[in-house]
Amino acid sequence: MLTKRIIPCLDVKNGQVVKGIKFKDHEVVGSIIELAKKYNDEGADELVFYDIGASTYDGIVSKDWVKIIAEIINIPFCVAGGIKSISDAKQILNNGADKVSINTPALENPDLIKELANEFGSQCVVIGIDSMIENNKYIVYSNTGDEKTIKNTHIETNEWIDRVQSLGAGEIVLNCMNQDGVRNGYDLVQLNEMLKNCDVPLIASGGAGRIEDFQDVFTKTKSSGALAASVFHKNLIIINELKEFLLNQSINIRV
Amino acid sequence: MNIGIIDCGGANLNSIYYSFKRLGINAIITNSVKELSEMNAYVLPGVGSADVVMNTLRKRDLINFIKSTKKPILGICIGMQIFFDYSEENQTGCLGIIDGNIEKFNVNDGVNVPQMGWNKVECDTDNSLNGHYYFANSYFNKDSKFTIGYSSYGNKFSSIIKKDNILGCQFHPEKSSKAGEKFLTYFIKSI
Repeated sequence: MLTKRIIPCLDVKNGQVVKGIKFKDHEVVGSIIELAKKYNDEGADELVFYDIGASTYDGIVSKDWVKIIAEIINIPFCVAGGIKSISDAKQILNNGADKVSINTPALENPDLIKELANEFGSQCVVIGIDSMIENNKYIVYSNTGDEKTIKNTHIETNEWIDRVQSLGAGEIVLNCMNQDGVRNGYDLVQLNEMLKNCDVPLIASGGAGRIEDFQDVFTKTKSSGALAASVFHKNLIIINELKEFLLNQSINIRV
Repeated sequence: MNIGIIDCGGANLNSIYYSFKRLGINAIITNSVKELSEMNAYVLPGVGSADVVMNTLRKRDLINFIKSTKKPILGICIGMQIFFDYSEENQTGCLGIIDGNIEKFNVNDGVNVPQMGWNKVECDTDNSLNGHYYFANSYFNKDSKFTIGYSSYGNKFSSIIKKDNILGCQFHPEKSSKAGEKFLTYFIKSI
């Protein structure tokens, strides 16, 4: 069976890796290339590069660094940010990325999911979902790259998960916004709720603070992977140490 | 030594090119039979779907070339699947080099589809190839006369096949870290 995946997420803004608290106040944490190489060497199972400014400012992600990443790392990686068409995706995949992740553009044009899946196969198509609890309901937000543009879509998260799967999404990254950047642990309640209707792999995102949070997300939910950013960027958690710890807890991990 | 990466459409040929480059092996990406015939070995990648890859090979007159070559050839993922007779994916007739069919993973077996992530491979003929490799597939071959490596996802399935000059892997060695490098080195040694 598949091992549980540890996935560092590199939020990219203006060509640098940044990290914000609850989607704002971004600070620069380092160069894309150096961090990618470091996580690759430490045993990350996969990397996600998320160009957080791109969708917001109507630009698309610059492709040059994708090629450089493909040249230096030997694990899969996914690129997200402002991918609005087949040709945007093709350029990124041809440059060496394994998957593209779409979020706001999928909400604006759900058929894009189907088009991407038909063209490249479902395994290339990841849907990022930013979800937050509101009046006891989980609701999808769009344009979350910048607090000025953030928008409540009034779509319930479980409905959107059903829809993206039926359109051909191959994986879902569920970012639980109440937890993002605050390092209080993954949102296990929401993850379990959403996993009920999920036939494709679901990656937990938002809230990792301690190594025990990873243990919890893998033992208390059926998430396929756990994504985190700041704990890795700030060296609060070192990936190979985390993986040894999880392996000792009898979790199926690749070391 | 030169390796020809057969351009049969689909994205991500560069990843395979880079993985050989990291091992110090020269590779070119081409769909020209003339260029390919000057190479020492081939890689048949294949990202996308079986029908698209087969149609592209047909259009580029590469079917006979692949079937008749005696040089080592490595099929990766769909590149391995099309060595078989038939794929359930859009009911596609394949190359027929290896007896058997390709079927789809079923969520009723308690697995997510597609399979995405690192799975364990156990090789019957060479245990130095045992390890975790990266998979990204919805379709698989259950078992064949030429299967030498197995993995499990709901059910047991073929993850490495070998017949004469043909080697195939369901995983992506170019994305499988050190295990993947070892597997590519195993292929290179056969050249």
